[in-house]
Amino acid sequence: MTEPLAGYNFAYLDEQTKRMIRRSILKAVAIPGYQVPFGSREMPLPYGWGTGGIQVTASIIGRTDVLKVIDQGADDTTNAISIRRFFARTAGVATTERTAEATIVQTRHRIPETPLAEGQIIVYQVPIPEPLRWLEPREAETRIMHALSEYGGMYVDFYEDIAIHGRIATSYDYPVLVNDRYLMRPSPIPKFDNPKMDMNPALQLFGAGREKRIYAVPPFTKVKSLDFEDHPFAIESWDEACALCGSRESYLDEVITDDRGTRMFVCSDTEYCRDRGART
Amino acid sequence: MSALAILDDDEPPPLLRASAVTIAYGPRIGCRDVSFDLWPGEVLGIVGESGSGKTSLLGALSARLAPAAGRVLYRLRDGTIEDIYVLSEPRRRLLLRSDWGVVQQNPRDGLRLGVSAGANIGEPLMAIGARNYAAIRREAAEWLERVEIPADRIDDPPSTFSGGMQQRLQIARNLVTKPRLVFMDEPTGGLDVSVQARLLDLIRGLVADLGLAAVIVTHDLAVARLLAHRLMVMQGGRVVETGLTDQVLDDPQHPYTQLLVASILQV
Repeated sequence: MTEPLAGYNFAYLDEQTKRMIRRSILKAVAIPGYQVPFGSREMPLPYGWGTGGIQVTASIIGRTDVLKVIDQGADDTTNAISIRRFFARTAGVATTERTAEATIVQTRHRIPETPLAEGQIIVYQVPIPEPLRWLEPREAETRIMHALSEYGGMYVDFYEDIAIHGRIATSYDYPVLVNDRYLMRPSPIPKFDNPKMDMNPALQLFGAGREKRIYAVPPFTKVKSLDFEDHPFAIESWDEACALCGSRESYLDEVITDDRGTRMFVCSDTEYCRDRGART
Repeated sequence: MSALAILDDDEPPPLLRASAVTIAYGPRIGCRDVSFDLWPGEVLGIVGESGSGKTSLLGALSARLAPAAGRVLYRLRDGTIEDIYVLSEPRRRLLLRSDWGVVQQNPRDGLRLGVSAGANIGEPLMAIGARNYAAIRREAAEWLERVEIPADRIDDPPSTFSGGMQQRLQIARNLVTKPRLVFMDEPTGGLDVSVQARLLDLIRGLVADLGLAAVIVTHDLAVARLLAHRLMVMQGGRVVETGLTDQVLDDPQHPYTQLLVASILQV
């Protein structure tokens, strides 16, 4: 652990702001899947780069925490490196690339392949928190729809997919019902990760900075992906195995390797892939 | 006073009862002191010129425009009678989804234009809990046939449909949940005469087949003649004459009704 940057409060945000965000988080945990408004602050990075996630992390992080940050499953992309370094400098906390060692995992677009454990917290960066937004542009109306559980319209999209493609074509940000009550956007994770949210032992927090909303899935909470009786929810599958580690269980990215269309499939979770590579 | 107390015990209760409904837009009056009963299976026509308060009244009856005074009572499927503006919001919205249909004058207001015809018919079903794709699609195809839209258009968006087809699609979307009461605001407005005739034929057939009660607002007396059992003539926000359709149109009593009937063009 190193000393935090001089001239900044611990973890960048002032204590009153953290207090306000923690109150929103507590409310969000108390009502699983419900979007709690909060006073989102200007952060030293642009909207869309994780301002919501970074504020949630800044509010819950303590000196003894160990932070892991991933972007599309990778520890070594620009966004992940920048946010990890941000907290290393402003809070002086230890950082890691190992999911098992981390107490807080901030993520964009993935849930780590390594199962999360009790006591860990995963913080999602959320661009659009409202699952009903495409259906109903008025915020006042979507709130009523949530209050009355009027979620039938969500199936219109699925109906269209099946009519046109023969299957539900939504592949990421796949809507879920939390605790049999609130409809929730899981942030743009692939639907491959949806089953991991169900009864997960870790606390899952979601922060949307531009839209000023926080929501949560407490540990061991039921998370069900929406589907039709005769077209049940299914995750993606691949014909190939990971070209680096040979995994057939993880989420694979398709990578184009030259300008003649040669491609390879590799794990999107870099830590998981490296671990397996080391073992075999 | 309970909602029931104002109804007589010795006759079967009406499906819908409006009592002294007044709608005000600030100092301006939309309609004043309108009272009537609507019985199951009955089609009531509301006629009058533009600005006579027809659409305001329809809004109040269909729970979309709270009246300044008066009450609208509705008999639910379980037989209880409720004031629709006293009903809690969840129950009122459920009523609108499951028991009532509202056919708008402009089909583009009543349809979801971005999604296919099949999804437009399926949406109300999904809204009341249908979760089986095959069953929803079967129902959608069946209703397309009933409203005379070719089955192969099921996956086309309504924006590619003609005005008459859009209106028929809107009717299918409203009837798919088997409502007991349908409100129609100028259902044939903006359509040419031959398309109007087919649509009227269709509506008349469906209303009779399904035993629907309907309230139809129109300024077109020919539409009223074909569809309505009973007529209410409105002028300046007031009901000036009511009666059986043929009686009102063939033997108008009020000067305004006489004027209205006399101004129909004869060809």
